[in-house]
This record gives sequence, C-alpha cells and structure tokens, in this order.
Amino acid sequence: MCCKTGEEPVTTKREWLEQTYNSAKERPVRFTTLSDMAVEPLYTPEDLKGSYDTALGYPGVYPYTRGVYESMYRGRLWTMRQFAGYGLAEDTNKRFHFLLSQGQDGLSTAFDMPTLMGYDADSERAIGEVGREGVSVSSIHDMATLFDQIPVGRVSTSMTVNCSASVLLAAYLVVAERQGVPWEQVSGTIQNDMLKEYIAQKEWICPPAPALRVVTDMVEFCAKKAPRFHPVSISGYHIREAGSTAVQELAFTIADGLCYVQDAVKRGLDVDDFAPRLSFFWDIHVDFLEEIAKLRAARRMWARLMKERFGAKNPRSMMLRTHAQTAGVSLTAQQPLNNVVRVALQAMAGVLGGVQSMHTNSMDETLALPTEQAVMVALRTQQIIAEETGVTNTIDPLGGSYAVEALTDKIEAEAAEYIRKIDEMGGMLKAIERGYPQREIAEAAFNYQRQLEQGIKTVVGVNKLSIPEEIPIELLKIDPALEERQIQRVRKMKRERNGIAVKDALTRVAEACRSGENLMEPICEAVRRETTVGEISDVFRTEFGVYTDPGWL
Amino acid sequence: MADERLRILVAKPGLDGHDRGAKIIARALRDGGFEVIYTGLHQTPEMIAEAAVQEDVDAVGLSILSGAHMTLFPEVIRLLKEKGAEDVTIFGGGIIPDEDARRLAEMGVKAIFTPGASTEDIVKWVHENVHPRQ
Repeated sequence: MCCKTGEEPVTTKREWLEQTYNSAKERPVRFTTLSDMAVEPLYTPEDLKGSYDTALGYPGVYPYTRGVYESMYRGRLWTMRQFAGYGLAEDTNKRFHFLLSQGQDGLSTAFDMPTLMGYDADSERAIGEVGREGVSVSSIHDMATLFDQIPVGRVSTSMTVNCSASVLLAAYLVVAERQGVPWEQVSGTIQNDMLKEYIAQKEWICPPAPALRVVTDMVEFCAKKAPRFHPVSISGYHIREAGSTAVQELAFTIADGLCYVQDAVKRGLDVDDFAPRLSFFWDIHVDFLEEIAKLRAARRMWARLMKERFGAKNPRSMMLRTHAQTAGVSLTAQQPLNNVVRVALQAMAGVLGGVQSMHTNSMDETLALPTEQAVMVALRTQQIIAEETGVTNTIDPLGGSYAVEALTDKIEAEAAEYIRKIDEMGGMLKAIERGYPQREIAEAAFNYQRQLEQGIKTVVGVNKLSIPEEIPIELLKIDPALEERQIQRVRKMKRERNGIAVKDALTRVAEACRSGENLMEPICEAVRRETTVGEISDVFRTEFGVYTDPGWL
Repeated sequence: MADERLRILVAKPGLDGHDRGAKIIARALRDGGFEVIYTGLHQTPEMIAEAAVQEDVDAVGLSILSGAHMTLFPEVIRLLKEKGAEDVTIFGGGIIPDEDARRLAEMGVKAIFTPGASTEDIVKWVHENVHPRQ
C-alpha cells in the first residue's frame, strides 16, 4: 500500500511531507551542503523548473547544461592532467616523463614561489623558497630544460602562473620556436587570471588595473598569434580553497570572466575572436551533489551571459570548458590514506559534472609535494573511473535527477544574486578595490571553521573518528642544496649573456608598458635574449607600481 | 586604565600567499581577548622583527605553508635577538613536517600548530603560555 492512513494515495510532495515523512525521526544532524545550503528530504518532478528544452537542452547545444560537447566522454575522455613541479627544471622534466608514461595525456606545471611572484632564484626574496612549491624557472634555459624531449607541438601544457604569466608564456613560445613548432600549433593553457589573485591566491606584482591590462594583452596576442592556446583559465579553485561557499565560487569566478570579456571588448576585440579560447578552472569539493550542480549551473549561466550580455554568435564563445581539481583543502594530515577515498569521490563528481580536464590530488597533499607513488594512485583514480565504472557510457547520467536539477537551479539563482550585486558596484575590478569578495570569503572561511569546531560540520579523522597515534608515511623532501645550484646557474647565465642586448630589451618592455602597445612581442624578444623572470617583473614594478596586501581580516 | 591585554603579532613571512588560516587565527585570538596585529602577506623576516619591536608585542605567530619554514623561522628568531627582543614568544603553524617541528622547537619555537588544529586550542595555548614581556 502506498499510503499510511489507508485512505487517499499520496500524490504531491506536500502531502508526502505532511502525511508520510516523519521529520521527528531524522538523525540529529543538519541536512545542508558543505556550503550550508539547505537540502530537502526529497525532490520530485514538482521541483523541476522550466521545460527540458529551455532549462536543460541537449549536450553540445545551448545552454549546454548537460555538457559542452555533443558526444562528451563517448567521443573523448577528459584530459588527465596532473599538476606537477618541484626542484629544478630537470627534476620536473623527469616527473613529466614519468606521468606521461603512466597514461597522463596533458601536462600541468607548478612553479615555485619566486617564479610565481616575479623573482629570480638569486633574489633576496627567494631565499629558502627555490624549488619548494614548484619548479624554479628564472630564464629560457630553465624552460628549455623543463620541456626537454617533450614535443610542445604535440603535448598540451598548462602553466599555473599569474602575475609573471606573460614571461612564462613567452618562454614557452620561444621553446616552441626552438623546437621548430609554429605558434599556431601550440596548444595549452596559462592560468593568467589576475582578478582571482587579489581575491584569493594572492600572487601579484602590480595593482589590479595594470594587471588586467597585461591579461588583455595576452588575450589579444594569443587570439592573433597562438590561436590554439588558452590565454586565461578563469578560476574558482583558489576562491573556494580560500574558504568561499560553492555559490560564491561560482559567482565570483563568472564575474571575473565577465570582467575579462568586457576588457577585451573595450579594447576593440570581437567577442567571437577570443571568447572561444577562454577556459575555466573549478574546485571539486567533497559535497558530491553540490559540486555536480555547481558545474552544471556554471555552464548554463556562462552560455546565457555570453549570448545576452555580449552578443556572442559563435557557439564556441558560449561553451564553458573547464579544468577541475579536487579540493586540496578537504584533505587531512590525519589518516592520509582516507584522502584517497575523498579524492575518488570528488573525481567522480567532476566526471558526473562534465569537466574537460582534471587533476586529482595525492593523499599526501596536506603534508608535502606528492611522492611518485602517491601521484600514481591519484592518476589511477581517474583512469579507473574512466575504464571501469561505466559512467562514461552515457552523457550527463545525472541529468533529470530531481535533486541535481533542483540544486543546480538553486545554486544558479543564488550566484546570480551575487553577480547582480557586483554589477551594481561597477564590475569585479571595482568590487575587488572595495574588498568585497575578499571579505565575503574571509567571513565564509571563519564561519566554516566555527562550525567545524562546534561539531556542526564533520571531518573524519579530525573532529570525529581520530586516532591517538598517526602512522607516518613517506614524504617527498626537497634537497636544500638545489637552491644554491640554481642560484649559481642563474648568476653564471647573467654573467655570460649579452648584457647590452638585455638592457635594450628591457627598455623596449618599459616603453611598451608606457605606450600601451601589446607587451607580448617585446617580452618574447627579451626572453630570447636571456632576460629573466625577475628582470622583466622589475620593469612591471617600476612602470606599474607595487601592490601590497591590504591585510583585511 | 592601561590596556593589559597581551599583544600578538600574526605574520606571514616570505612569498607564501595562503592566508586563510592566519586570518582565522588572528580573528580568533582577537575574539579570545588579545590585542592582535596582522601583518598581511609577503613580509620579510626583517619587516616582521621590526614590526614586533615597534608594536611591542609579547608573541609572534608565524604562518608558513610554502615549505620555507626552516629558513624563515630561524631568521625571524635571529633578528628579534639582534633587536633585543629575544624574550618574545615565537609560535606558528602551516605545512610543517613533524621532524622539522622538532628542530624548530629546539631553536626556541614554543609551539607549532599544523592542519587540524582548532582555534580553541590555539587561543587556550596562548592564554597559558604567553606572558607579558618585562
């Protein structure tokens, strides 16, 4: 029998909630997502808004809710692209070859803090930091070594670098040149998303306005000279890792994207000339349904905004293509083997959410850079999902799930509210200058920490199910001697190169900073002449000014 | 009546930009009754030691997630000593392997709080272990 009272059958959700469901029997926990969004006991067709055609549609068809490509993983799997980098160029080159040999099909480069912040290995600011968070690249020589025996015309490479991105992109293109690969054939991505730096990742040289100019220079340059290269990876990952909610991650990232499109259009570029090569980068956190919903809402929102706000005509301008990384911040130092489980579930959410490229974290994420064994398990996680679980047999398998569609709609609506607020402030650049996203994130981060300490949120092994004695695991150690080795290399190069040619090149870069002409050609020429990351960044410091952390809590 | 609260400098040395934890801890310490000065990011050890002296703090908390802790902690300690402030209590946290935490303890770092530590524990520790400088 379908009804409790034995009278009329339950035919609406409301009736079911009132007559059948007994909330008094609920477990004493809060039924919310990780981001505190309330989740109902049940979703039904009543919760679906809009028609299949308007709200969902078909894969590869506007608004792309069900996937950007018509065949999705039946046509091509997502790119398995593990982030890697440590020590010196030859160390990372070795790790690149290892990962490619294990079935990884794209590269992703992690640079060290000095490189990321625009300092050479021999800078005073680099002491103790060389090769620790990623690979040290100070000049074209390091870049060439990094990609030794790797054909950049055939392997697509992502580079996670932002305020010094112009220099690293130039170096990559000069390596391509040396390998005889025309720039039109070079494919890859450079993160180059400066707005999120001021919001979350905090890697900067100069203030937001000139930083945005450099980003647009790179968008313009790639559209004309390296059309297969993605000049920006509009990122939510760092915003989320800094403590934002899923809705904030979605909203602030899309708002960043709108700002980049706006700036390029203002420069005179046709939206359809560059928008197809804008890419995105989402976090995949541990709340399974919330993340899948977020990924789907993102596609639908971006498609609509590109069409309605910017009049994009080319469908490729409306397709949100994304890389994703499982959430580093969800992993624990306690019982690190549990992280293998978390990453697997997150990776599954990424696949069910329809990503184009993915990095899965290693189990030792909170302790050190990954060992070879740890990164292999992380890579195998993706491969097992692809080869064994069957979720790639059909496109968007969770499409139509009442819960997933309801959450997708809800996340979209709440993110739209944030975007409206940011629009009212005059766009993301203005919002950043006011500290708006920064403060929202700090507030969300503090709230989460409080909930964790009150036991409202649980992290297994940390505030529940902890063990008195942890079992230590093997960790990767960075040889401290490599810093001195790199310093000597950089100094030697600086002594032996043509100093006049370098000085000349730097003058050209400075002139371009002032005149407003596109910086990329002068920077490429400077890189060819062995000018360093730090030297070019110093020109930015002089010409554009130095940004310091406002230090808001 | 003079402010009797302990003064704590929460600092981010080096190029590390991960400030989520430091900001939460600074706020929790403030809520916990301390006078807190947060330095913001990208501070050199010299800037931190100078700020500690200028602000006349009783303790300095360093947050380092970049792996550069074995260079930056000792340098801050050395500079504080040079400036006559070696009685300032040093503590910290971040991504610091146990082995390194032990070595830092030998150098005089009074506590290292690693991932999973609660703000409640940190505030309690400061109450119990940081004393006003003479």
